[in-house]
Amino acid sequence: MTDSKYFTTTKKGEIFELKAELNSDKKEKKKEAVKKVIASMTVGKDVSALFPDVVNCMQTDNLELKKLVYLYLMNYAKSQPDMAIMAVNTFVKDCEDPNPLIRALAVRTMGCIRVDKITEYLCEPLRKCLKDEDPYVRKTAAVCVAKLHDINAQLVEDQGFLDTLKDLISDSNPMVVANAVAALSEIAESHPSSNLLDLNPQSINKLLTALNECTEWGQIFILDCLANYMPKDDREAQSICERVTPRLSHANSAVVLSAVKVLMKFMEMLSKDLDYYGTLLKKLAPPLVTLLSAEPELQYVALRNINLIVQKRPEILKHEMKVFFVKYNDPIYVKLEKLDIMIRLASQANIAQVLAELKEYATEVDVDFVRKAVRAIGRCAIKVEQSAERCVSTLLDLIQTKVNYVVQEAIVVIKDIFRKYPNKYESVIATLCENLDSLDEPEARAAMIWIVGEYAERIDNADELLESFLEGFHDESTQVQLQLLTAIVKLFLKKPTETQELVQQVLSLATQDSDNPDLRDRGYIYWRLLSTDPVAAKEVVLAEKPLISEETDLIEPTLLDELICYIGTLASVYHKPPSAFVEGSRGVVHKSLPPRTGSSESAESPDTAPSGVQAPEQPAVIPTQGDLLGDLLNLDLGPPVSGPPMATSSVQMGAVDLLGGGLDSLMGGGGSGGGSFAAPSTAAPANLAAPLGSGLGDLFDLTGGVGTLPGSYVAPKTVWLPAMKAKGLEISGTFSRQVGSISMDLVLTNKALQVMSDFAIQFNRNSFGLAPAAPLQVHAPLAPNQSVEISLPLNTVGSVMKMDPLNNLQVAVKNNIDVFYFSTLYPLHILFVEDGKMERQMFLATWKDIPNENEAQFQIKDCSLNADAISSKLQGSNIFTIAKRNVEGQDMLYQSLKLTNGIWVLAELRIQPSNPSFTLSLKCRAPEVAPYVFQAYETVLKN
Amino acid sequence: MGAAFGGPKHRLTVKSSEFLHMANYRCLFLINASGDIFLEKHWKSVVSRSVCDYFFEAQERASEAENVPPVIPTPHHYLLSVYRHKIFFVAVIQTEVPPLFVIEFLHRVVDTFQDYFGVCSEVMIKDNVVVVYEVLEEMLDNGFPLATESNILKELIKPPTILRTVVNTITGSTNVGDQLPTGQLSVVPWRRTGVKYTNNEAYFDVIEEIDAIIDKSGSTITAEIQGVIDACVKLTGMPDLTLSFMNPRLLDDVSFHPCVRFKRWESERILSFIPPDGNFRLLSYHVSAQNLVAIPVYVKHNISFRDGSSLGRFEITVGPKQTMGKTIEGVMVASQMPKGVLNMSLTPSQGTHIFDPVTKLLSWDVGKINPQKLPSLKGTMSLQAGASKPDENPTINLQFKIQQLAISGLKVNRLDMYGEKYKPFKGIKYMTKAGKFQVRT
Repeated sequence: MTDSKYFTTTKKGEIFELKAELNSDKKEKKKEAVKKVIASMTVGKDVSALFPDVVNCMQTDNLELKKLVYLYLMNYAKSQPDMAIMAVNTFVKDCEDPNPLIRALAVRTMGCIRVDKITEYLCEPLRKCLKDEDPYVRKTAAVCVAKLHDINAQLVEDQGFLDTLKDLISDSNPMVVANAVAALSEIAESHPSSNLLDLNPQSINKLLTALNECTEWGQIFILDCLANYMPKDDREAQSICERVTPRLSHANSAVVLSAVKVLMKFMEMLSKDLDYYGTLLKKLAPPLVTLLSAEPELQYVALRNINLIVQKRPEILKHEMKVFFVKYNDPIYVKLEKLDIMIRLASQANIAQVLAELKEYATEVDVDFVRKAVRAIGRCAIKVEQSAERCVSTLLDLIQTKVNYVVQEAIVVIKDIFRKYPNKYESVIATLCENLDSLDEPEARAAMIWIVGEYAERIDNADELLESFLEGFHDESTQVQLQLLTAIVKLFLKKPTETQELVQQVLSLATQDSDNPDLRDRGYIYWRLLSTDPVAAKEVVLAEKPLISEETDLIEPTLLDELICYIGTLASVYHKPPSAFVEGSRGVVHKSLPPRTGSSESAESPDTAPSGVQAPEQPAVIPTQGDLLGDLLNLDLGPPVSGPPMATSSVQMGAVDLLGGGLDSLMGGGGSGGGSFAAPSTAAPANLAAPLGSGLGDLFDLTGGVGTLPGSYVAPKTVWLPAMKAKGLEISGTFSRQVGSISMDLVLTNKALQVMSDFAIQFNRNSFGLAPAAPLQVHAPLAPNQSVEISLPLNTVGSVMKMDPLNNLQVAVKNNIDVFYFSTLYPLHILFVEDGKMERQMFLATWKDIPNENEAQFQIKDCSLNADAISSKLQGSNIFTIAKRNVEGQDMLYQSLKLTNGIWVLAELRIQPSNPSFTLSLKCRAPEVAPYVFQAYETVLKN
Repeated sequence: MGAAFGGPKHRLTVKSSEFLHMANYRCLFLINASGDIFLEKHWKSVVSRSVCDYFFEAQERASEAENVPPVIPTPHHYLLSVYRHKIFFVAVIQTEVPPLFVIEFLHRVVDTFQDYFGVCSEVMIKDNVVVVYEVLEEMLDNGFPLATESNILKELIKPPTILRTVVNTITGSTNVGDQLPTGQLSVVPWRRTGVKYTNNEAYFDVIEEIDAIIDKSGSTITAEIQGVIDACVKLTGMPDLTLSFMNPRLLDDVSFHPCVRFKRWESERILSFIPPDGNFRLLSYHVSAQNLVAIPVYVKHNISFRDGSSLGRFEITVGPKQTMGKTIEGVMVASQMPKGVLNMSLTPSQGTHIFDPVTKLLSWDVGKINPQKLPSLKGTMSLQAGASKPDENPTINLQFKIQQLAISGLKVNRLDMYGEKYKPFKGIKYMTKAGKFQVRT
């Protein structure tokens, strides 16, 4: 007879039958019935209808029956709160039972019943249990406080349970201590400001003592709590480390990892000259290696953490490369993580082994893994300079296999190798060209085209190759099209005589036959450049490219330090600080590594300051958004605070520099370049007008100095992309409209340790087709702690997609580190065009014509301007007053405005002289814009 | 910048008020390989089982059950899972929590089930659903593990035996103990008091598994030994044991059962402990590649495909290498053949072999290796006509056992007992097995 019989009751009348059995006089029958109920519950059937009948069985001496009823109660009390009260008496009675097991069971179950009405009845029994003579009851009660806090925090505080809990940290029983710590940490996390776990050397000592004696799970709680403590000096840090180290030999991997966290954190405080420091480093390796022989799920979490640890302290595992070698039957998620760590550990000493392994992996079955292995070879070449040659020959071997995806992947990485080591491995180009036909993935095609364009002078038939791609130009993906355009222009600049026709062809394909604004704009710029001054074009297009940096995928140091504090948590698995996946960063305290103290401060660690820019003594704390905002405002008012002023001004010119530069060399150099070039006919200039105009605006702005040209209202800059979310790149900005052109005024600040370059920007499709009218030009690479201001001209000819909210703009910004995304709201008045003044007659007719249900009314409060002041102020933002009437002492203004996409909005503004609230009525054929127009009114009028 | 707008892949959102540090297990789902939820247990509040849809999605994406990622984010929860005995144990958590904590715990749950029911299978769990439920309730309270030592659990909830089921049915007594488990709060929480045996015995098994990757030419790329000492101790009272080794230096990377006194080990390299009652793992250790790891077998292979030919040659021979004179037995050879292989026609010199043309898995049960007459498997492979030769080379997976040998050379010196008067029977066994032992071709 097994429990499966409980599942076999017939569906029909099941509940009814159970009800009868539950009310049976026979104890045995009752118990069987409760078991059936529990069985149904386990498979997700709803048996809540039996609540009163099951609760009736609660008063029993039979412990098993009691437990089963408790199980049921925990599941269903919430759905039957009134019924649940029936159980209270029994709980209270059970809390007085002579058997500690029953007392503990009762207090444990009570805490799980999340019904407000019941909680107040629980306080007295709970208070008694917290002081129970039996530690088993005390430790259970400690957890119950946390449960109760989750239901009703105020009640727990009012009843003084928190103080009782704090007292339990000094309990004589280690299990009680561990549970009290666990409960307090849980409560503290929901109240980050509270000072619940007030750790001091005395309490730390108690925790360390309990650590040795409590269960493995208790050890995890205690270790995680210790990790939040900040030792007062290096000696205290060392003594805690010494007492934590034995945990590294624990069989429970979670204990081990929590211990690693404490050690990694406190190690920061130890001087590197200390013998103990070296000992500790040595002790950390074996437990990490051991984690890799655990079950695959544990391995995965361990590997994600090891990935952080090797970035922070590569010396720990530098001799352990082999344990990361991939076994062919490892789960794929383990394989990919191991591969990543292999690259991080790759060095001149072990590169031969690593390459041999990677080559082996490239012949495995799993396509994703094979691709990543091939990429890894490329990354090794870039990371370990001495091995580049070997990597390239390995890649060539792989290309010889002719396995399609291997070849494509290899070509993509070879492109990067070319960029890292220019003029070194071009001999392989011939081999690459042989595989041209087999490339069907955009990334590989783009890479190959880049190579052909870059080395056009060495490839005899470069023109033929590129021409062959050109045939299917419109079927290619954007990245291939862009690459092809650039490559052909490069080719033309290198071999002008033979390729004129080709370049004409690609320019017209890009500018006239394409809907893609990126492609079109790039086409126009090339076209203009080539037609005005080929010499300048050469300087721009064939300019020396900055070398690509060694490891682009390293975690930014401030983030890394923060993540080290979160070893073992989900944050460490996702390599994101908890604030990144918690809505609103309230409730999360940023953790940071302790600063190094101790005697030998002068002998600074070389690894914490690779670039030597940021003082390593500074604790790496990421400032909150508020602080940054404050800084920015200061910046706006005063002279630039950070970064040499040179950089600022040069970059402000950025938007026009391309053209300006061309102009300069035109005057100076004269046309000594090759073939003359026919300027594009009529199609081009029309579209070029917008960016040009904005360039002009910028020039005025520069010469004007302060930049108070009459124009529409410009809001102060706000932070759009905080540094924390973008690996150290901070972007703040605002929108402006001047002389008919819209621009996005940006400040880019580099808060990372490495130089940033290769900036680019792109907008997602949006409601009004806003798009950059020129590429994001940041000329000099952005050094750490430096800012640049950029005015990015915008046009409204991009692709349109309705957004919610309507004025939402999603932006992607790329630099040499990564691509980042943010979204921002633009004020609608930047879209109000200059010719938005409607004829009077037209206005009247239109107002009548638009149905009344399209009319929207708004109140503009607390505005003390008079009608004339309002008119002139609004006119500055292209809201035009057509007529003014005075009706019964009220001023009525009739106004019109037009959006860039041709939508007209008509307005009636009623102003009462004594009342600071105006009434705004808007009529528009597209009524959904009304609230945003209202916002624009408010913004303009109140600033 | 081409495809700039993919957006961040996982957007993890948890309401900040719910952001607690503790392991808040919301619930546990047990899911079989065909994707049916056959058991659910909720702790704080009931979470709809629809949350498992995210898991099913991941399950569908993964080519094999083993490849389902162990951590899956969903908009409001995280799903942490382990896959054992063809069952997914999926924990749903709502808050930041050390994932290892959860995964370790899940493994502990599986171990406990196995210990209770002999096997851990869907049928067995369904047959014992009430005990399962009671055990889970004892193991975890609101995210705080309560009792995870099977010693203690068995005092709280008695494991089902046929006899007890019969007796309970007749007498109406229960599976649930009504005494507080004695070990729960003592300084030796792993051991219950009042243990009595008529025969006092203590057995220790030193079991070593070799993980190795051997390359084409037969040289070792990596080799390491994962060793464990499993004990079965049935001793009356409160015995205090010490175990010493001939060569403790081998053990530089060890993980102990909580009963082992770490200080003693640090200073004297002696294992001193009061053992739990019954079966437990005393120690696990790791002998890494830096130390010399002897490789007891070799595989000679010749697997060749030729372009244009629809036949390939296949030949492997297995032989002993460094076995210290012991016999290698239980040898199994398995290899995943490339997709292009349609069938194989092979003749073994001993044992039996199977090739599954659907999964392309070749397995050969070799048995013992006789050094005088080495086992071999020879023949041809038929390939798809006209197809080019396969891209990948098959890897050979090897299993074997060697009795009475710890390949690392680890030897127990002596076992002493203090604290009790009787003379126990002591036994030590050694065994070496293949772990993940792979030969590339």
